[in-house]
Amino acid sequence: MFSNSLVILNELDTLSLARWQFGLTTIYHFLFVPLTIGMVLLVAILQTAWVRTGKEKYLKLTKFFGKIFLINFAMGVVTGIVQEFQFGMNWSDYSRFVGDVFGAPLAMEGLLAFFFEATFIGLWIFGWDKLSKGLHLATIWMTSFGVVLSAYFILAANAFMQNPVGFTINEAKERAELTDIFAVLTNVVAVNQFPHTIFASLMFASALMIAVSAYHLKRGQFESEMRSSMKLGLWTSVVASAGTVISGDSLGIAMVNTQPMKMAAAEALYETTKEASFSIFTIGSLDGTQELFSVRIPYLLSFLSTHTLDGEVEGINDLQAQYEVLYGAGEYAPVIWLTYWSFRLMIGMGMISTLVALMGLWLTRKKAPEAPKWFYNTAIWAAPLPLLAMSIGWIFTEMGRQPWVVFSLMKTADGVSPGVTGIEILVSLIGFTLIYGVLAVVEFKILLEAIRKGPAEEAEPQPASKMAVAY
Amino acid sequence: MELNQVWFVIVAFMFVGYFVLDGFDFGVGMALPFVSKDETDRRVVINTIGPVWDLNETWVIVAGASLFAAFPEWYASLFSGFYLALFLLLASLIARGVAFEYRGKGDSTRWKSTFDWMIILGSALPALLWGVAFANIVQGVPLNEDHIFQGYDIPLVGGLLVLLNPYGLLGGLVTLTLFFTHGLIFLTLKTEGELKERARALASKVGALATLLAAVFLAWTVANDFSVELLAVSTVAAVTLVSALVLNLARREGLSFGLMVVTIIAAISSLFVALFPNVMPSTIDQAFSLTIENASSSQYTLEVMTWVGVFMIPLVVAYQSWTYWVFRKRITREQIPTHGH
Repeated sequence: MFSNSLVILNELDTLSLARWQFGLTTIYHFLFVPLTIGMVLLVAILQTAWVRTGKEKYLKLTKFFGKIFLINFAMGVVTGIVQEFQFGMNWSDYSRFVGDVFGAPLAMEGLLAFFFEATFIGLWIFGWDKLSKGLHLATIWMTSFGVVLSAYFILAANAFMQNPVGFTINEAKERAELTDIFAVLTNVVAVNQFPHTIFASLMFASALMIAVSAYHLKRGQFESEMRSSMKLGLWTSVVASAGTVISGDSLGIAMVNTQPMKMAAAEALYETTKEASFSIFTIGSLDGTQELFSVRIPYLLSFLSTHTLDGEVEGINDLQAQYEVLYGAGEYAPVIWLTYWSFRLMIGMGMISTLVALMGLWLTRKKAPEAPKWFYNTAIWAAPLPLLAMSIGWIFTEMGRQPWVVFSLMKTADGVSPGVTGIEILVSLIGFTLIYGVLAVVEFKILLEAIRKGPAEEAEPQPASKMAVAY
Repeated sequence: MELNQVWFVIVAFMFVGYFVLDGFDFGVGMALPFVSKDETDRRVVINTIGPVWDLNETWVIVAGASLFAAFPEWYASLFSGFYLALFLLLASLIARGVAFEYRGKGDSTRWKSTFDWMIILGSALPALLWGVAFANIVQGVPLNEDHIFQGYDIPLVGGLLVLLNPYGLLGGLVTLTLFFTHGLIFLTLKTEGELKERARALASKVGALATLLAAVFLAWTVANDFSVELLAVSTVAAVTLVSALVLNLARREGLSFGLMVVTIIAAISSLFVALFPNVMPSTIDQAFSLTIENASSSQYTLEVMTWVGVFMIPLVVAYQSWTYWVFRKRITREQIPTHGH
């Protein structure tokens, strides 16, 4: 009886478990990435302000937001290792098939970017009294450079999965082989996804900076420092929002050209349509094929897809028929309700965040730096929105690619590790869930405490020699 | 030299670099409860590797990515085959890294001791598991014709139990004691006073045990797969290990640590020498073995990656060496602030 149930456990659906594990570990890892990308740049700007003006408030802000950045950075580092290992662990047939192409940007990311950020962040944290002011400032900029560079390489790797380029299929070896590394690195999806990701990350980092400043200004604490950080946060947020919208628009066009099914699924557009409208929300029948009620903006979908008002947008049914001819029988549409709602939630949350920043700029304009309390509260509660928008945006990007793991080349179901048992994946899935769950609570607690404490009263209370130890 | 040979050497270099660097981090982590008397000591110990553990750990990420890019078939078979061992390894590395960063963020004794345990276990377990994994690779694994592990589908434990065979376990104990010694000697170089003396005394004991285990393991390895090169590299490892321990007793910290570095370079290299030209020998049939020929990427990919490697690796070594130069001073008890972080 017992051994029977063990056999059943061994036959657990490895595909679903492996997908759940990838989703869990990747979404979790990506909770820490945007703040790392965005905040390191804001900290570098603050430290530059200190070095150039010599004003102590900028030093305090550098250390304060530096601390917030580091609490988050640690989690990004340790959860990042899992990302690289699990391609081989859970997706070994995927790795065999694409490794020749996909491995290159990953290895470049390691050699060019990971070493860089890991080395210079150590120098920054521990180097306050060991390096000259200018050199120390350079280390945070170097870290920022490394972080941004790593984002580019990993996005280029991901872009290959959305829109494979620069390769040929080696029939004898049953794999994709690299033929043009520059094509891979200048993939139209990567080129558009990169600014979209960086600007959105800045939106989140600045939203957090605004919220932290609002928290203290509301209580009348650290006013001189927090007014500066509020200003930096608000302006960064507005600029980053504009960048996110513009890059998102061109990413959308790239998506229509490379993965039309994803755009059709984003609007749940079943029939090919000219002058297509965009629905803000829809109530439909449960199978998603019948629409009962919706609020629509005319021409918008055509405009988003083609930049013309009467452009033709291909529908799910036509694409399904085309793909059956090209790739054989099968289901080629992703889960429609998921793509439909994730696309809207991403855009909606991003827009609210932008509105909050614009409102803040208006309220703190000219010589009226005091904003009303309701604004501070709104800013605090709106802080997570860009992060949620990014997570949901990635769910849209990855789920919208299904059933493919590499679009048009390999289905997700064919990528999973053949030698790994369901129970092994289950054990690690439960393990990661528990570890990640506990760490999330600890990290959140530490983060909130650091935020509540505010900047140190004096930036340099200790003799220089004591600053060599940071742990 | 063919490019797949070049990349075999680069992958070996990455793992050697990883074990030389993170090796002493593991040792320092394991030493934490044994060499410290109080909280100040513990903070001294942790701060000796504070600025560098993250970049040291990055070597394994880059090693893994190099494997993926240059030998995808090796990467895929190895990582899926050693599934649960790698899960334990990842869990340990997560625990250790988080503990370094978060231990100082609370004041209660319970808070600190929880993270201390995460550091200790998060250092000891990887030190053991890496040896187990590499010994098993050298010994051979049950690869079938599709390069997939056969007979690893044991309920609940997967292939984990298969890995824990005598040769694998011995390999694990060798890396465990070797890294422990490496970390203790690193501490004699980076600390002062009583703490340094405790580290020195313990290094002699653990080092003696490591020598014994390593001698048996290397002899076993040479006996399994004799070659002059293997014998030569193993002998270098043995001689430098003994010399490092003698110099440790003679209070020559710098030289002793330098020789430990050579020991680990030679010891890890010996495993790669034993492997070549295989990368994962099959115990089912030699024809199923993964080699640098059938596991490697295409010529073009290897060319691209070689250009990247040729430019980046010297640069990486240069700026990391500079980091070690910046943080070359010893950490003293006086540097630890009495309160606050």
